[in-house]
Amino acid sequence: MAIRTIANKALDFDAEGFMTNFKDWDVEIAKTLAAEEGIATLTDRHLTVLNFMRREFETKGDGPSIRRLTKESGVPTKELYELFPGGPAKKAARIAGIKKPHGCI
Amino acid sequence: MNTASLESPAPKPAREKERIKKVSIVVSKGSLDGVYPGLIMANGARMDGIEANLFFTFFGLYAVMNGYQDKIQISTVGNAAMRVPGAKGFRLPTLLGLLPGMSAFATSMMKKEMERLDIPPVSEFVQMISDAGGHLYACKATVDMFHLAPGDFVPAMERVLTVGDFYELAAGGEIIFT
Repeated sequence: MAIRTIANKALDFDAEGFMTNFKDWDVEIAKTLAAEEGIATLTDRHLTVLNFMRREFETKGDGPSIRRLTKESGVPTKELYELFPGGPAKKAARIAGIKKPHGCI
Repeated sequence: MNTASLESPAPKPAREKERIKKVSIVVSKGSLDGVYPGLIMANGARMDGIEANLFFTFFGLYAVMNGYQDKIQISTVGNAAMRVPGAKGFRLPTLLGLLPGMSAFATSMMKKEMERLDIPPVSEFVQMISDAGGHLYACKATVDMFHLAPGDFVPAMERVLTVGDFYELAAGGEIIFT
């Protein structure tokens, strides 16, 4: 556990760099986390993905599989990988402020 | 106010963990349990930003063949670990495994569980891996032996490779045989 201050908020992160309380999240925080993952600008399409992941996490307690994400958020697989280069699963979850997803798919 | 001074930087990992950067997976079996592990591992690699090549050979080719992808089944014959109705059930006697419809039944049971876990049908999975930037190839020796042509394969299968081509593509990464 580590407390970091981002956008004037003190936030708790786990050992792997995922936020421990997704309710502390806001878009300003997402921008900083995205920059750390090498994403300079967060577009509306990024936010579509992030918001879908957050909704899933809130209702199910875990991030969605890539398959559900692409089928239900309206962002196809190819675009998802372009939006979050170098592995969408963990990157998007980290930027979305949710815990590391547990699914294999 | 200078907000920059309030931001705390991401903590640096104590030591850079060594990461796998590339995997090349050989799928040589055409049963459901022969095909899926390779697909799941290739897809999982892409999800974590690992380069992934899939090389289909022998009966594994059915995973990328037009019209055969979703006909892949579990074998209930010669499968010594097969239990019914679930993983902790009774051992399925070999002779019962021979009954018509047993493979289809076992397959449909497992597919239901897979759907619940969001594991897609083979055709969708193959396309998903391709869209995710994974590369799929067919083995030339088997293509020749089975009298197949490039047109027999789904578009996600990029090309037919010789073993030499495969080793060239696999250079610098891990090779996994399933």
